[in-house]
Amino acid sequence: MPPNEKQLGLIINPISGIGGAVSLKGSDGTSIQERARALGAVPRAQERAGEALRPLLPFQGEFELITYPGEMGADAAIVCGFKPAVIGKITSGNTTAADTQRAAREMQAMDVDLLLFAGGDGTARDIASAIGTQTPVLGIPTGVKIYSAVYATNPRSAGELAALYLHGKAKELREAEVVDIDEEDVRQGVVSVILYGYLRIPFRRSLVQSLKSSSPPSEQYSTNAIAATIIEQMAPDWLYILGPGTTTRAITDRLGLAKTLIGVDVLQNHQILASDVTEKELLSLLNQHPAKIIVTPIGGQGYVFGRGNQQISAEVIRRVGKENIIVVSTKDKIVTLRGQPLLVDTGSSTVDKLLCGYVKVVTGYNEYTIYRISS
Amino acid sequence: MNALDFLPEQIKDEKTTARFYHQAQWTERLIFELSQPGQRGVLVPEVEPEILAKDPDPLAALPDKLRRKQPPALPEVSQVHVLRHYLRLSQETLGAGLVPDFGMATSTMKYNPPINEQLARSPKLSELHPLQDERTVQGILEVIYRFEQILKEISGMARFSFQPRAGSHAIYTNASIVRAYHAARGEAERRDEVITTIFAHPSDAACPGTAGYKLITLYPEECGYPSLEAIRAAVSERTAALFITNPDDTGIFNPIIDKFVEVVHTAGGLCSYDQANANGLLGITRAADAGFDLCHFNLHKTFSTPHGSGGPGAGACGVTESLARYLPVPIVEFDGQKYYLDYDRPDSIGKVSSFYGMVSNILRAYAWAMSLGADGMREAAEVAVLNNNYLMKKILEIPGITAPYAEGKRRIEQVRYSIEELTKETGIHCLDFALRMADHAAHGFLSHHPFVVPEPLTLEPTESYSKTDIDEYAAAWSKVAAEARSQPELVKTAPHQSAVHQVTEHDPFEDPDHWAITWRAYQRKAKVRDASK
Repeated sequence: MPPNEKQLGLIINPISGIGGAVSLKGSDGTSIQERARALGAVPRAQERAGEALRPLLPFQGEFELITYPGEMGADAAIVCGFKPAVIGKITSGNTTAADTQRAAREMQAMDVDLLLFAGGDGTARDIASAIGTQTPVLGIPTGVKIYSAVYATNPRSAGELAALYLHGKAKELREAEVVDIDEEDVRQGVVSVILYGYLRIPFRRSLVQSLKSSSPPSEQYSTNAIAATIIEQMAPDWLYILGPGTTTRAITDRLGLAKTLIGVDVLQNHQILASDVTEKELLSLLNQHPAKIIVTPIGGQGYVFGRGNQQISAEVIRRVGKENIIVVSTKDKIVTLRGQPLLVDTGSSTVDKLLCGYVKVVTGYNEYTIYRISS
Repeated sequence: MNALDFLPEQIKDEKTTARFYHQAQWTERLIFELSQPGQRGVLVPEVEPEILAKDPDPLAALPDKLRRKQPPALPEVSQVHVLRHYLRLSQETLGAGLVPDFGMATSTMKYNPPINEQLARSPKLSELHPLQDERTVQGILEVIYRFEQILKEISGMARFSFQPRAGSHAIYTNASIVRAYHAARGEAERRDEVITTIFAHPSDAACPGTAGYKLITLYPEECGYPSLEAIRAAVSERTAALFITNPDDTGIFNPIIDKFVEVVHTAGGLCSYDQANANGLLGITRAADAGFDLCHFNLHKTFSTPHGSGGPGAGACGVTESLARYLPVPIVEFDGQKYYLDYDRPDSIGKVSSFYGMVSNILRAYAWAMSLGADGMREAAEVAVLNNNYLMKKILEIPGITAPYAEGKRRIEQVRYSIEELTKETGIHCLDFALRMADHAAHGFLSHHPFVVPEPLTLEPTESYSKTDIDEYAAAWSKVAAEARSQPELVKTAPHQSAVHQVTEHDPFEDPDHWAITWRAYQRKAKVRDASK
């Protein structure tokens, strides 16, 4: 790689994670941040971002590190031994979501090859709303809430994966979910996960497989294979209620249809009958036709109902019937559950109970698994 | 005083732990690139005048269609250069005769006794032709027949076919027999699903899949095998069969396998037992006793015949009495006087390869079984299990390494370990670990996808190796784990003492525009690449 041909962006959300150590379930909003500071919380974002930068240090002559001033990147980079190109302006000690968004937009305008950002789900939402899926990004997990799938498993792997990507060794990109929960709800003991959009991240095929002669299928191949199985089995005039997710979106992609990114759509006879429907609209459609529900686990915990697809309510599920629920998931996603069951949280304990037990999950072309659902 | 005391300090230190090793490294071109016009390795003698006197053109009898238009495009190299070329290449490889290679997991080679090799290479076998009249090949037919009786006893099955040339080929054959069975009942269309487990050999899914079956894969519970509820949820009137290994890749034996079989039978399906690796089971458990309808053995694994890098292998398919009519043709029969080949089997699935199997491997396997006897084979299984559990104890003493599922319980013939804790602590992944083991003359088995066990490495020591061999291998693991903590960069950049170091740039083995398995393909792809530059 010729010197400085590549550009790596770095944005640190300096207050991310501050609420975690003092059990505030998050750090969104200035009042919580002040409360956290009052409780003696010390932000660990700088330190953890440093852990991510360290694996990149040996290659520092091979790319240009572009970052924002002070605690938004420059400090951590310099402590680590980098000589970053610093852009933008901030008011030190008083940075906000607007700074994160502006930094992301400016780095996108500079056409950085990869944007590393340190934060949690709130930060991921800020980045997604600022730059969408055009620029490849990768999250360094420093926040309290890490429900989004855009983060590496730990800071060091974020750095390792960034190095592989800049060297052209991790070539594949995939869209990953940005989800967030309402912190105030969690403090009240309620979890409601909302899907906010997608970011494009480098896909780390496990290093081991890269040396195998027969490579495992890519994410895209797997979701395509699942879509082919589903489409072959579609019956005329039936409604297909399609939950959000990249796996379900592969079905509309394959049919040449446009799926609502984070909403629920209804298909009939290979066409979109209704887009981004509400629970009410679903119930009214169910009066006219028999239906099947197609859902995929959302977020890292394996929820198939009750996270990001609340439109498919307990009442909708009850009316459609358990036998007409189709769960789709790539094998990789099943494996990341590490033996934990798929979860449901429909808000109705009767419906949750009805859904519990073993379900047949479509995992590939004519490939299934029998997997446990629990509430 | 022993021989090692004369070695230099650096090497001597290793005698009680991991052995010092450095592979040869040669700059060596391909044999085709060594070709020089006119060079010859062997000079074919002239035809003797006495023969020419009788027939001036002895080759004239050859039909035209058998004659080449052009001489073959073979490399022209002298004998000494050919010998040197292949000796150098052999120094850059690892073989089962050179090192105990436990890291190959279920593919770990057992010892291949040279006496069996001598038998297989004897002209009594190598000069036979499969088209000879069966009256003239009674010896080898008798060997096949007698070896079938041995496998029947080991498995409890009624009949065997030796036609498949590999384990996966045998599974495919069994899937074909399953379909023939359901077709005879008019159920072939409806019964289109095969059930397997995620830790069964991947071919137990891949081969029925290739044969056209839909696949249902079960995942394990904490005990290491799926629950009865899961298999009950998986079966239906669409179930064709269960294809399963036991123990599977974790080395955990499913003790309720007979209940699994019962559930599948009740649903109307058949059960096929993948016994490719029966190293821990010979003389201890039998496929038929657990209720299985079909099974297969890899002679090039359990029965000690060589793997031969992709061939020749031999997969022996065994079936119960009621399925025997579907076996491939021919079957070797004995009428009390002579052995003969029975092709007259109207319900047979037909041939799955030519003739009656890889006879050299059948002979080697027969010789191995006869040299051990029934008690000896059982003892081999017991030693394989003992070796494995001894190795597991030593490996689990290394901090950061675990054996997920059924923790604290013993395993049968292999163990799937996880170095996840070591990875979290040091950043060393299982591939890094396996590549560093290459500096201790060991391969790493890397076909673990998907990583159900995180950061997996799988070891099987088999019965062929001694306590000292196992101690030495465990010491090498211990050393690499210590290096992961003290010198992670050394591990990450390994191997350092092998013929080929880590491929750090674009990996040509992954790129279909680069890799080639023949000289012709290599030339063609190189030409395309040059043209596009």
